Amino acid sequence: MNTWPFINGAYGASVLFLAVAGWLSLARYRRARRRLAEVEKR
Amino acid sequence: MNEDVLPANRPVRAGGWLHYLANPARFMRVAVPVLPWLSGAALLLCVAGIVWGYQFAPADWQQGNASRIMYVHVPAAWVAMAGYAALAVCSLFSLVWRHPLADIAAEEMGPVGAGFTALCLISGSLWGKPMWGAYWVWDARLTSVLVLFFLYLGHIALIRAFDNRAHGYRAAAILALAGAVNLPIIVYSVQWWNTLHQGNTISITGGSKIYVTMLYPLLISTLGFYLAFIAMVVARICAAICERKTASALLAAAEELA
Repeated sequence: MNTWPFINGAYGASVLFLAVAGWLSLARYRRARRRLAEVEKR
Repeated sequence: MNEDVLPANRPVRAGGWLHYLANPARFMRVAVPVLPWLSGAALLLCVAGIVWGYQFAPADWQQGNASRIMYVHVPAAWVAMAGYAALAVCSLFSLVWRHPLADIAAEEMGPVGAGFTALCLISGSLWGKPMWGAYWVWDARLTSVLVLFFLYLGHIALIRAFDNRAHGYRAAAILALAGAVNLPIIVYSVQWWNTLHQGNTISITGGSKIYVTMLYPLLISTLGFYLAFIAMVVARICAAICERKTASALLAAAEELA
């Protein structure tokens, strides 16, 4: 049985999850800090 | 009681040191400069662990290349369980000391922990198909991890189920503490029941049943996944604190105008 499609699937899901979850968390953090700085400047 | 024996700067209230450390402003002062380094280290270790496991680690003598799934499946499983343990600890702090930072931390850990648990289940089923001939079996280890995933989802939903956020935090904290009983069940399920899932390969107390050429990439990948979890949670906690400060500032400005 060719196991590579399963290996590629597991690694693909991992890389996709880490990239998307990491990017979303950091994007939310940067957006929240920028918004707070704007409000405090008023 | 003779109060002269107490040092002058000692917190009088029980658990006062916890309140000192868990202050949102102090947390931000520590977390903001640390976050870029934490994220960079997580990225570096995740890339090193994943590339090493996928490309350079040796294939298993019995399972062949399919054993490479271990380098993403096992770290995801460990982080999923450790994340829930941290969630339960935050819930305990929330229920006992009613500290808002514990509530925020628990709220932000939920979705990240659920993601790692889903990743563990997906990679596990992709490992199960070539090895067992099935993507899913109602095995004690698999079922208890599925229960962990549902506990995470329940926690996420319960926090958002009440109009009064404080009620949601309290209900979710009770669920998180009650659900912590599932953690030893996951760990010992392979010993208590006759499972299709293999037994524990790595042990802190006993000797590991894995050779160093496979152990090192696994440990690097695990460290990377742990740091990624911490970096994501810290970033989300900082974002939540900033969002609350923004909302408070906007509310105060609106009240001044009115």
